[in-house]
Amino acid sequence: MIRTPLRPLARILSARAKGENPDAIERENLRLRHEEMRDRQRLRAEGRLLILGLLFFGAFTVVGARMGTLAASEPMEPVAAASGASILAQRADIVDRKGRVLATNLATHSLYAQPPLMVDPDRAALELARIFPDLDADRLRADFTGSRKFLWIKRRLSPEQMQAVHDIGDPGLLFGPREMRLYPNGTLAAHVLGGAGFGREGVTSAEVVGTAGVEKQFDTWLRDPANGGRPLELSLDLSVQAAVEAVLAGGMRLMNAKGATAVIMDVRTGEVISLASLPDFDPNARPAPLAGRDPSDSPLFNRAVQGVYELGSTFKAFTVGQALDLGLVSPETLIDTRGPLKWGRFTIRDFRNYGPQLTVREVLVKSSNIGTARIVAMTGAERQQAFLKALGFFEPTSLEIAEAPTGRPLLPRKWSEIVMLTASYGHGLSASPLHLAAAYATIGNGGVRVMPTILRRTVPPEGGARVMSAEAAATLVSIMRETVAHGTATFADVPGYAVAGKTGTADKPDPRGGYYDDRVIATFAGVFPAHDPAYSIVVTLDEPVETSGTEPRRTAGWTAVPVAAEIIRRTAPLLGLRPEVEQGTGAGLIRVRN
Amino acid sequence: MTEMVFGTQPVRAGDPILPRWWRTIDRWTLLCVLALFGIGMLLGLAASPPLAEKNGFQPFHYVQRQAVFGAMAFVVMLLVSMMSPRQVRRIGVLGFVLAFVALVFLPVFGTDFGKGAVRWYSLGFGSFQPSEFLKPCFVILAAWLMAASQEIGGPPGKAWSLILAAVIALFLALQPDFGQAALVLFSWGVIYFVAGAPFLLLTLLAGLAVAGGMLAYNSSEHFARRIDGFLSPEVDPRTQLGYATNAIQEGGFFGVGVGEGTVKWSLPDAHTDFIIAVAAEEYGLVLVLAIIGLYALITSRALFRLMRERDPFIRLAGAGLACAFGVQALINMGVAVRLLPAKGMTLPFVSYGGSSVIASGLALGMLLALTRTRPQGGIEDILLKQRSGPWHGRDS
Repeated sequence: MIRTPLRPLARILSARAKGENPDAIERENLRLRHEEMRDRQRLRAEGRLLILGLLFFGAFTVVGARMGTLAASEPMEPVAAASGASILAQRADIVDRKGRVLATNLATHSLYAQPPLMVDPDRAALELARIFPDLDADRLRADFTGSRKFLWIKRRLSPEQMQAVHDIGDPGLLFGPREMRLYPNGTLAAHVLGGAGFGREGVTSAEVVGTAGVEKQFDTWLRDPANGGRPLELSLDLSVQAAVEAVLAGGMRLMNAKGATAVIMDVRTGEVISLASLPDFDPNARPAPLAGRDPSDSPLFNRAVQGVYELGSTFKAFTVGQALDLGLVSPETLIDTRGPLKWGRFTIRDFRNYGPQLTVREVLVKSSNIGTARIVAMTGAERQQAFLKALGFFEPTSLEIAEAPTGRPLLPRKWSEIVMLTASYGHGLSASPLHLAAAYATIGNGGVRVMPTILRRTVPPEGGARVMSAEAAATLVSIMRETVAHGTATFADVPGYAVAGKTGTADKPDPRGGYYDDRVIATFAGVFPAHDPAYSIVVTLDEPVETSGTEPRRTAGWTAVPVAAEIIRRTAPLLGLRPEVEQGTGAGLIRVRN
Repeated sequence: MTEMVFGTQPVRAGDPILPRWWRTIDRWTLLCVLALFGIGMLLGLAASPPLAEKNGFQPFHYVQRQAVFGAMAFVVMLLVSMMSPRQVRRIGVLGFVLAFVALVFLPVFGTDFGKGAVRWYSLGFGSFQPSEFLKPCFVILAAWLMAASQEIGGPPGKAWSLILAAVIALFLALQPDFGQAALVLFSWGVIYFVAGAPFLLLTLLAGLAVAGGMLAYNSSEHFARRIDGFLSPEVDPRTQLGYATNAIQEGGFFGVGVGEGTVKWSLPDAHTDFIIAVAAEEYGLVLVLAIIGLYALITSRALFRLMRERDPFIRLAGAGLACAFGVQALINMGVAVRLLPAKGMTLPFVSYGGSSVIASGLALGMLLALTRTRPQGGIEDILLKQRSGPWHGRDS
């Protein structure tokens, strides 16, 4: 290859030798070099421009082809997917033990506004205020004409209200479907069911969330779509519950009580057949909790589960039962009942003087505090404590409603001998009526521990702990039957149903210390029928006073017992119990021949 | 610069301007631009009434505005196309200075029109987007620098133009307007490529661009969301892309009919970034392919004519302008068919927008001026070489 020198030195030198100016040669050389370089660059640029052109042509072809394939493909429907996870609005129903609906869902609509879509905000605000008196037209107008793009107006509408809003005809007023929790029975079993409210809300649906009671306890289960719409079956019997609430409300009014509660429980399975607490509320419109006041005064307060009271003489059955179980006494053992009984600085008196000696049977039938204290002295504090613990008086009940854990019994700090004596007749420790019903159910169940449940059980649970022997339990029931037949609870002697039970009248503790003279908690606790107990019942009245006599009577025998008797009279047939009418002379069937 | 060479072209001194212009202009490109503008007006009739309704104007308010802007753009284009390359270079450099100053002062005097990016000056009767004018002017300046650097003993034009490109891209990215920034860098890349960039360096630059993209992805949420939307296989039907795709599918081959389209009501950018979707829905694939064909024709014709160009400045500036024009159209349409991640970029001459259409007119005017038929040698070049000896007294 022939290399061209950068400068044409030969020519320059020869020009110099000739004495000519070599600059012209230099310029000429430079120009030629420049031109050569330009040609090179032009050739290269030609190729590169071709590459660019081809690239562009290819890219445009690709875009065109893509357009073609898109145009040839079928359009898919643009689906406006709901943002986030969709809200499941399929809450399971709640039914009673016979499948009757206690809680269900109702499709309603909510009302919301999108002010940018509104045609006539002023008119819409005025009309809305006319349909819903609780809405303020001025505020609505301010909302509609302001910068808001979206606002809720009403969470739930009745069909009539919806039609009225629809008739306003404003495109900015919109309805969102809402599934609403409905309790068709109103106040019935309100405390068990609790209530439900809206959780997360969207335009197309809202989450229904349980706020109390069973609805809260089983919230996850009720919302779980995996259950396939299976309803939650409760142990409640709707007709029994209705009867109990009706009778209890009447009794509460008659006895001038400020509150009342009743529990009926199956002694074999522990199913709560009925649980009532008055005053009550309508779960469809659950009231707001009382602010700043004693929550136990609120209708929302579940006295049967959350309320803990000193339940008085109803505890004597446990003292006697334990002594019988331990073989320390027999029903006929004589107990010294001379009073008053002094224990240190503490004096125990009876309601009236029952004479110097009573049999164990009579101690319970007549409800002698002194006699019970003497019996528990034989048992001893430790064994008494263990027995009450075994009956479940030391921890909250296991009932499956959200409030149950708050029904924690109040126990003395130290189980001294004084505590032992007072606890033997039901003072010094507080428990809920449900605790008591479960303990009586345990006695009725032949001494095997019964755990209360609100869910329907078809078979009795296995492996309940034995608290006392079957014989001792049977003896105790027979003594309690005598209490009803001719003791302190004679009003409870419902013909045909052989009620066995025990009364309890406890002075209410004064929050300032000591006890009130004229405020009591009157309780009847029992099982029926006595020969083969099927149900336990507890009726408690708060501050009852019976005024039909010459002086106001507050004892349970005059207040709680008649109410309990009426409840048993009304509900025992509903529970399928067959009355056993005792046959008097000549009461049998007579064969007549004609 | 034109080298007047004896006897190569029938260009005479004192030739009247208009006949010479008509003889030397690329009439096909001119026709394509006219067609594009006509289509833009047609689509404006379809796409802009929803916007006019939303803003409380009469339905064809924006069409009238666009017609006015279009007329202005056309005048600008014709005037510029009559200029000589030297004049083009001068107004390009002057325009660059003005547009660059305007760009620099955007953060101070600019407005974002509630769109989250400060890109405009509000002028009362309309708005002015400096970056639209900066692009063609930068191409001219960069091409001049690059061409000068090719002279023996010329200035380091490559480095200077690269620094300029980087500074402009930085200002644009600060707005933020990554699309225009990318377009400016792309134009520089094209010019450098045509000017003879080594392939190794080009590969390195491509790698750098990828790295920059990843950096933007990690640092800008706005950017990352768009990339994510592009990469996900399922198109969310509620996004602009979903609506656009659906509109193209609805349109099919011949469209749903004039005025029957629905996508313009759901897409906020139906009259600008997604106007191709409106075209596809109402007029079908036929019109879309026609639009694509027009852009392809303009770009490839310009590149083809430049292949014969001898003057490095004309070659580089023309290539840069043609490629910037083509790639902008390509990106706009590629986004609508989901070949590219969502990026706001107008379709030159077709999309609504005063700055956009006038700047496009300026760019195309420059391109037309640069691609005018000029004496290029060809066979005459060889003759020139052969005749140069006796002329200059050189030994051969």
